[in-house]
Amino acid sequence: MSSKRLQGRIVVQFLPALTGLARRGLAGWAIIAGAVIVAAMAIMTIVSPWISPYNPIAINVGPLLSPPSSQFPLGTNHLGQDMLSRVYSGGAIMFQVSILSVIVCLVIGVPIGLFASYTGGYTDKLVSLVMDSIYAFPGLVLAIAIAAMLGPGVVNMALSIAVVYVPSYFRIIRSQVLTIKELPYVEAAHMMGAKGRATLFSYILPNVIPSIVAVATINFADAILTAAGLTFVGLGLPVSTPDWGWDLTYGRRLLTSGTWWVIAFPGLMVVLLALGFTLMGEGLSELFNPRLQK
Amino acid sequence: MTIPMIMLLLTFVFLVVRVLPGDPASLHFEKQVDPQTLLAFKRQLGLDKPIEVQYIDYLLSLLRGDFGKSMQDFSPVSQQIFSAFPATLELAICSTIVMILVGVVLGVQASRSYNSLPDHSIRVFGTASYAIPVFFLGEVMIMVFAIYFHLFPAGDRIYAGMAPTGLTLRDVHFSTGLYVIDSILEGNIGKLAMSLRYLVLPSITLGTVLCGIFIRLTRGNMLETLQLDFVTAARARGLKERTVVYGYALRNAFLPILTMMGLQFAALLAGAVLTETTFSWPGLGRYLVDRVSFRDYTAIQGVVVFFGLLVAMVSLAVDIIYAYLDPRIRF
Repeated sequence: MSSKRLQGRIVVQFLPALTGLARRGLAGWAIIAGAVIVAAMAIMTIVSPWISPYNPIAINVGPLLSPPSSQFPLGTNHLGQDMLSRVYSGGAIMFQVSILSVIVCLVIGVPIGLFASYTGGYTDKLVSLVMDSIYAFPGLVLAIAIAAMLGPGVVNMALSIAVVYVPSYFRIIRSQVLTIKELPYVEAAHMMGAKGRATLFSYILPNVIPSIVAVATINFADAILTAAGLTFVGLGLPVSTPDWGWDLTYGRRLLTSGTWWVIAFPGLMVVLLALGFTLMGEGLSELFNPRLQK
Repeated sequence: MTIPMIMLLLTFVFLVVRVLPGDPASLHFEKQVDPQTLLAFKRQLGLDKPIEVQYIDYLLSLLRGDFGKSMQDFSPVSQQIFSAFPATLELAICSTIVMILVGVVLGVQASRSYNSLPDHSIRVFGTASYAIPVFFLGEVMIMVFAIYFHLFPAGDRIYAGMAPTGLTLRDVHFSTGLYVIDSILEGNIGKLAMSLRYLVLPSITLGTVLCGIFIRLTRGNMLETLQLDFVTAARARGLKERTVVYGYALRNAFLPILTMMGLQFAALLAGAVLTETTFSWPGLGRYLVDRVSFRDYTAIQGVVVFFGLLVAMVSLAVDIIYAYLDPRIRF
């Protein structure tokens, strides 16, 4: 198939999906709005090397702490770095950490959730106990402890965030599997001779996927906020990486001098990105589980 | 269930600090240190013993309320924890008040104007509140209310040297560490006003970030409750709408709110860590962040364990209160 026809097909299939979403009321609009925000931020991050007026980590490209002006539309920080360039490129770290931590959560949480709840008995009780104890813990505090031990770095940040959020995946999968495995169609599959593994993967898993997608989307927002929080307490990346969290951390010390632009724009970007994922996740879970949402 | 959960948690924290790559003592000294010094350092903290002995020691000393020694100066961590805890408690209580007030009032308003503009705006506000990093909101608050309008202080707990002394009767001295209570005990209105002024911004910041879930919960429950017959009956008797909504319907929607308060306590503590750092509030969270910058792993472990025990105790307390309020529940 030529790429043009393929494009045509994608548009043809994509548009009804969009209008279909729009007809689903508030939930549909939330998904569309969230997706637009996230897509816009992703595009901005990808093209940032070409649209940034200055090198985001070069110091003294302008006067120190210059307020927004025509030359520096979002001002400069205490190192004389251009805030606009930093805002453009600071998302890369957020995307990397959150994507990586969601992947780790999926890889650990989904199989454990499926197997423990499907097997039942003591395995389920024990795993649930472990997961519940982590779940009950103040997430950020645990992430701080793990990140402090692991040291700085994208992978380490993602790992410490993932440990905190695996139980959210486990809980949602477990509750779904427990309901689904009692349904008549699963019983029918058993009657037809489906073995445990086949039942789990071909019959139960497909019906759990929508909830996993919803949880993972909301989890992106959590991961972004936790990553920003870790940076804020000094467990972020080295100064050489443009990072909204870093700007927010150092901007705090500049507040007393009335320097608002160093925190305002990176902060708004974090809020927007987290909001985009939250809207998408909330919308998705309302679509998939209308009964759970009021 | 609480006890196995606590045990698991304690073990988990122990494993995180001891077993993750690199032992805490060598990590503490970033650069190479000669083996002699390192060994002496480990011996002082009991980190030279076999891991299982360390584990038993750790559990036994926790039973005695001993949270280990700081790597910085070998001072007992528990002392630091107990002196910083009242500040965190005071912040947590005030933030809870803000969180519940804002959440419940907005939730009730949303349910009363179901599917209209106020309802939609309140729901959007609730969703947006999830997405705001608490320290960013704190910074904005400082910028607007402390720096531009000079309405409230930008940080700290009280003006230096003004800490209330609490109650002193002849030679008996009593203080709670909660500045609001201590100023009342001391009978000093000025200090009371001052400590409240310092509390305003951090509590509003933390309360606002956490109120979203209460808006949603209250709205959902009120939407159901307002449909019930007893509400219609109350209206039919000609009671004021405010009495019907807040006196009758809300009362019935309150139990889930209480449960959620227990569940949100962990989020409250996590938020407090960042809020305290933003507002230089001298509580446990700031202590934890300070220790992180000193690579003081034994102190980090102590604080994290303390946070865990606190959460477990609160969830137990909520269960008990719940059973007391709802006679159908018996354990």
